[in-house]
Amino acid sequence: MSIEVRVPTILRSYTGGAKVVEGNGDTLAALLDDLDAKHSGLRGRLVTDEGNLHRFVNIYVNDEDVRFLGALEAKVADGDTVTILPAVAGGAGDVASAATSTVSG
Amino acid sequence: MVLSIDRSIIDAIVAHARRDHPDEACGVVAGPAGSDTPTRHIPMQNAARSMTFYEFDSMEQLHLWREMDDRDEEPVVIYHSHTATEAYPSRTDAAIAGWPEAHYLLVSTRDPEVTEIRSFRIVDEVVTEEPVNLIDAGVDPHAVQSYLFGQTPTTVDYECSSGR
Repeated sequence: MSIEVRVPTILRSYTGGAKVVEGNGDTLAALLDDLDAKHSGLRGRLVTDEGNLHRFVNIYVNDEDVRFLGALEAKVADGDTVTILPAVAGGAGDVASAATSTVSG
Repeated sequence: MVLSIDRSIIDAIVAHARRDHPDEACGVVAGPAGSDTPTRHIPMQNAARSMTFYEFDSMEQLHLWREMDDRDEEPVVIYHSHTATEAYPSRTDAAIAGWPEAHYLLVSTRDPEVTEIRSFRIVDEVVTEEPVNLIDAGVDPHAVQSYLFGQTPTTVDYECSSGR
């Protein structure tokens, strides 16, 4: 058994077009490292250079947003489903002012 | 490229934008996967409740995306309103757009009488405008009349038929 990861269209160029891939790890951080080893570049779309989850990508473990589960330290286990959804956001204002309303992590 | 959409859905989107003005309104029109046809309007809460920014609540987004998946639908249109500026994607809009297969519909409520409506594709942060083909099955339900909206450089004006 492993962890099923559901990948949005915009990231399928990293998975050879696959909508669902599998990975292993006991935290989200470990899982993303594992995925990146198999699908090079995927982690870079999810984690910033500062080591935080990207502000406008939502990651869920089963039915919960990982931001409420410890972000990169969120626990994951075999049999879990991790879903990645690019946030739907924008507006007339600039990104800098938008980013001040972040949930950190 | 073109967005073909029922007039009744456009009316509903405009009504939503007017209701939420001066906050930006946002939502989705789902349609059968692969059809490029928007059929089901889902207005969403703007979790940011801002006059210059919009964002879907992450859990509401998950529930909607799962629901569309269950129904074999996809988000054909992702729309939001600008309440003081033109109906054109901002740099923020282009930078964040993460659904390259969707039509990004912009509505401007900056004028109280006239609502601007324009549609765009946003792929890899590149914005391309497309015409809006309005399908109006009003008078004769068996006839489909299509009104082709213009596109850049002229702003498209749509007079809201249901008033304010």
